[in-house]
Amino acid sequence: MTSLPTPQPNQKKLGLVIDLDTCVGCQACVTSCKEWNTQGYSAPLNDSDSYGADPSGVWLNRVHGYEVKEEGRDDTRVVHFPRSCLHCETPACVTVCPTGASYKRAEDGIVLVNPDTCIGCKLCSWACPYGAREYDYSHGVMKKCTLCVDRIYNTNLEPEDRAPACVKACPTGARHFGDLGDPESDVSQLVKARDGFELLPEMNYKPVNKYLPPRKRRDAVTSAAIALPKGDGSAMDRLFSWADKFLSGKPAGTIASLQDMSDKLEG
Amino acid sequence: MHPAYSVILFTTASGAGYGLLALLGLVGFNHGPASSLIFGLTAMVIALGLITIGLLSSTFHLGHPERAWRAFSQWRSSWLSREGVAAVLTYLPALLFAATWLNIIHAPGWIGPLGLITAAMCAVTVFCTAKIYSALKTIRAWNHPLTVPVYLAFALASGGTLLTAIATIFDRFQIFQVILTGAALLVLIALKFFYWRGIDSAERTHTMAAATGLGAGVRQWEVPHTSENYIMKEMGFAVARKHAVKLRGTVFLFLFITLLALAVCLISPWLSLLAAPAILFAAVLERWLFFAEAQHVVSLYYGTEKA
Repeated sequence: MTSLPTPQPNQKKLGLVIDLDTCVGCQACVTSCKEWNTQGYSAPLNDSDSYGADPSGVWLNRVHGYEVKEEGRDDTRVVHFPRSCLHCETPACVTVCPTGASYKRAEDGIVLVNPDTCIGCKLCSWACPYGAREYDYSHGVMKKCTLCVDRIYNTNLEPEDRAPACVKACPTGARHFGDLGDPESDVSQLVKARDGFELLPEMNYKPVNKYLPPRKRRDAVTSAAIALPKGDGSAMDRLFSWADKFLSGKPAGTIASLQDMSDKLEG
Repeated sequence: MHPAYSVILFTTASGAGYGLLALLGLVGFNHGPASSLIFGLTAMVIALGLITIGLLSSTFHLGHPERAWRAFSQWRSSWLSREGVAAVLTYLPALLFAATWLNIIHAPGWIGPLGLITAAMCAVTVFCTAKIYSALKTIRAWNHPLTVPVYLAFALASGGTLLTAIATIFDRFQIFQVILTGAALLVLIALKFFYWRGIDSAERTHTMAAATGLGAGVRQWEVPHTSENYIMKEMGFAVARKHAVKLRGTVFLFLFITLLALAVCLISPWLSLLAAPAILFAAVLERWLFFAEAQHVVSLYYGTEKA
């Protein structure tokens, strides 16, 4: 049924919180998502011409890179930005579905596609502003993030593994999974503490997934960390200084000027 | 948006078919039995043929056409489902109307009511088709108050032009056909003019800043894949925006050619045979632009600053 389930009091809203401050853009979440889901609920996630001139394929999670210029600064920074289904509270992708293949689960809010009843009309992908749905040309059905519904309740896995594959794979802990309907949950607390935000809130699809903004840069700290240590005049220090001069084969004074340069470095 | 030829054929052919069928229903309501079997039968076959070709072609772009019957189930929430239900339901009064109007079933009292019901169902179906597009908040150019009126006006104007041409061939040309079609054409030209002016001047309220939450100083640094993915192929179509002015001008040119041919019809009805291909060409081009010009909000994640 593509009409949305009526939200209950204390409605469970499973979703992700993605930390744009710590994401390093390594693509581990992307590949682990593909690996799990090509043999799980959405199997297979087909690729075509993988090693040819025009490779394409279905991926449920993509990591964009954005360059951000903060106000009052001349320089910019790169922010890695993972993009996947946000499991919206009022998803238009579900209500436009003519067959009932696209649905939102009443018990935990996960948005899924039933691959056995999807007719491949692609209208759901048109209705999604986040580009979360990718059509599988070889299967003729729509594919999307399942929040690893076949992992998170899977009693064949150890309890610590019952989390989405992307969350388990993230080496920097930038992806957090939990119940965003519970204000006391770790993820809700994290969103509160770090001023987590929704994507395109004005469209009113009420995404469950939240993003944490990059932290303000701490120039004093990073510059100090990068600066070379000043010599303290000890015997060891003089030994290293002599070794450096000897190995460089350059006149004395070079090191001092290097140290001066360090002041101009910026984190 | 990628302009799928099957969907363009579907919306233009079925639009013209429903326009023609609705007018035949009104003719039946007004005049009673068809003036000749061969005229009525030909007009009916053309109308239902265009509708059927359009509906069949709409299933060609499906990944699983054999499952298309499932689309009748979600009429409570989905305009696409409602459109499917309305399209199939329309066949019932349409075929009964055809049978009574052509005197295959002798029930002259039923011609009028059945004709009216058929015409109303045609309008409902075209309305649902247009709502599939206009209900999508993600595409600003479709989510516009004039989208539905343009679809309805195009159906009526192209249906009316076809009726005039068919009537001429069977020597049943009447001035009211030209006046009605001409009026529909003028309304269509005005609607399309205001529609295009509206989408050009409307404020682009969605920004890359809101899409990423990264503030006004954000710009694309790296796309997540080395070749185009489904999202870029389906929603990243940008050819038409490059030639939009010329192509819009061509649509208006062919709509005016249709209007001119209809006006000259009053002297020589055979010119209506020129009007029919002119408006069908305008319809196909206009529908192609409708898709190709439409920008999807998801483009914000791929480097567009405002949508």
